[in-house]
Amino acid sequence: MKTSEYTRTPIHIPAPLRSYTGGRSTIEVKGGSVGEALEDLTHQFPALKQHLFDEEGILRLFVNIYLNDEDIRYLRHTSTELSAEDELSIVPSIAGGCPGNPTIF
Amino acid sequence: MISISTTGVELSSKELRRYQRHLTLPEVGIVGQKRLKAASVLLVGVGGLGSPLALYLAAAGVGRLGLIDFDVVEESNLQRQVLHGVKDVGRSKLASASERIRDINEYVTLDLHDTRLTSENAIDLISDYDLVADGTDNFPTRFLVNDACVFTGTPNVYASIFRFDGQLSVFGMPDGPCYRCLYPEPPPPGLVPSCAEGGVLGVLPGLVGTLQATEVIKLILGIGDALIGKLLLIDALSTTFRTLTVRKDENCPVCGEHPTITSLIDYEVFCGFSTARTVEREEQPVPEMTVWELRARRDLGDALFVLDVRKPFEAEIAGLGADQLIPVEELADRLDEIRINPDREFVVHCRTGVRSARAVMYLIERGFTRAVNLRGGIQAWSEDIDPTVLKY
Repeated sequence: MKTSEYTRTPIHIPAPLRSYTGGRSTIEVKGGSVGEALEDLTHQFPALKQHLFDEEGILRLFVNIYLNDEDIRYLRHTSTELSAEDELSIVPSIAGGCPGNPTIF
Repeated sequence: MISISTTGVELSSKELRRYQRHLTLPEVGIVGQKRLKAASVLLVGVGGLGSPLALYLAAAGVGRLGLIDFDVVEESNLQRQVLHGVKDVGRSKLASASERIRDINEYVTLDLHDTRLTSENAIDLISDYDLVADGTDNFPTRFLVNDACVFTGTPNVYASIFRFDGQLSVFGMPDGPCYRCLYPEPPPPGLVPSCAEGGVLGVLPGLVGTLQATEVIKLILGIGDALIGKLLLIDALSTTFRTLTVRKDENCPVCGEHPTITSLIDYEVFCGFSTARTVEREEQPVPEMTVWELRARRDLGDALFVLDVRKPFEAEIAGLGADQLIPVEELADRLDEIRINPDREFVVHCRTGVRSARAVMYLIERGFTRAVNLRGGIQAWSEDIDPTVLKY
């Protein structure tokens, strides 16, 4: 666990969400757990909140949060503690492939 | 290794000359080249990702390629869909693609499917191929391809792109995860912009589609380590490639231990349906109980019935020992299961108390007069009563 609240963890922002972080691809966040880090992130960039959490504050099912190379769903979710050298990533589902006319059934 | 029979497959002297650079590779050789010739791959979409896929798979000597697309080549496609040229604008993508592919390799058999992939035709189409390369541009088709591949046991080499970012993985392998293990639900329409709205760097599908073709060829040859259980993230702006772990979800509704979806569904409804998650909050006061009160009442041995109205996956993460789990969305259909004694005191909880408040109002209207909402839900329970209960 990070001992100082001044310890920062980099969080990688994917392209679709960078319009809410002023175009920045990596943000330094503080907090001893994944939940605290995400709270600090949405505190810094409030517009991100609705893209990451639903109205009840649950992480959306089409957005995954990775701690290093592991999905936090297989760790301790947002309670997962952070250590020095850790990195967080937001990995949303993206649909693009053959842009053009979207398929409509 | 994918089972591909090379019985009766021969390479002519012309083919041997053509594939010389493959034959000198010990990992390919004659045996591998015959496997490529015996293999069949279905390309879903022949646009951005489908272009490099079709070009390289044909050049490499994959014996049979199925192409599904019903689009016409537009001028705005030419920035990245290198399968098509200026003269093809206005033609069907299939006509344009087949001409180009035949020019590259006359030995490739082409199946042209001028249709949409739908829940009606997907199983038949997909089961006719050894592998699928998914290059679709929308979530309904993405989930349809995934589910149909799981049901037919067909490996699915998946790629997706947006602006400067790409994702790549291999789904649908016997012990590997599927797309739903990674993303159980699609985003509601409108929340995530499409490439048509958000733009895409022209070379990106070239980069990602070529990697996709590499995975297809490796799987056919049975060499190297495929991206099974791994997600490759490609960031073209910073030129970084990162590999993340994708676990097979034992609760996956399609490939998990107890699947709840066992045949193809209506994917348009599925992808639009999930938008109906925002529900207006109730105006009326809802009878409540605090977590402290619940613990005290339990300690006294009071006969409370605790109802959890979250989704099953949430209950897997954390619980406070509820007597029953009925997701709030299913409450109306499953009321009989708890109707045995409606006069009993019902304590209803969810994660934070929002959904359970809705459930309590519904239960009271239906005669469960002593239903109360657990204020703050399991979140409050974790904060105030039992910190070993996971917060999520």
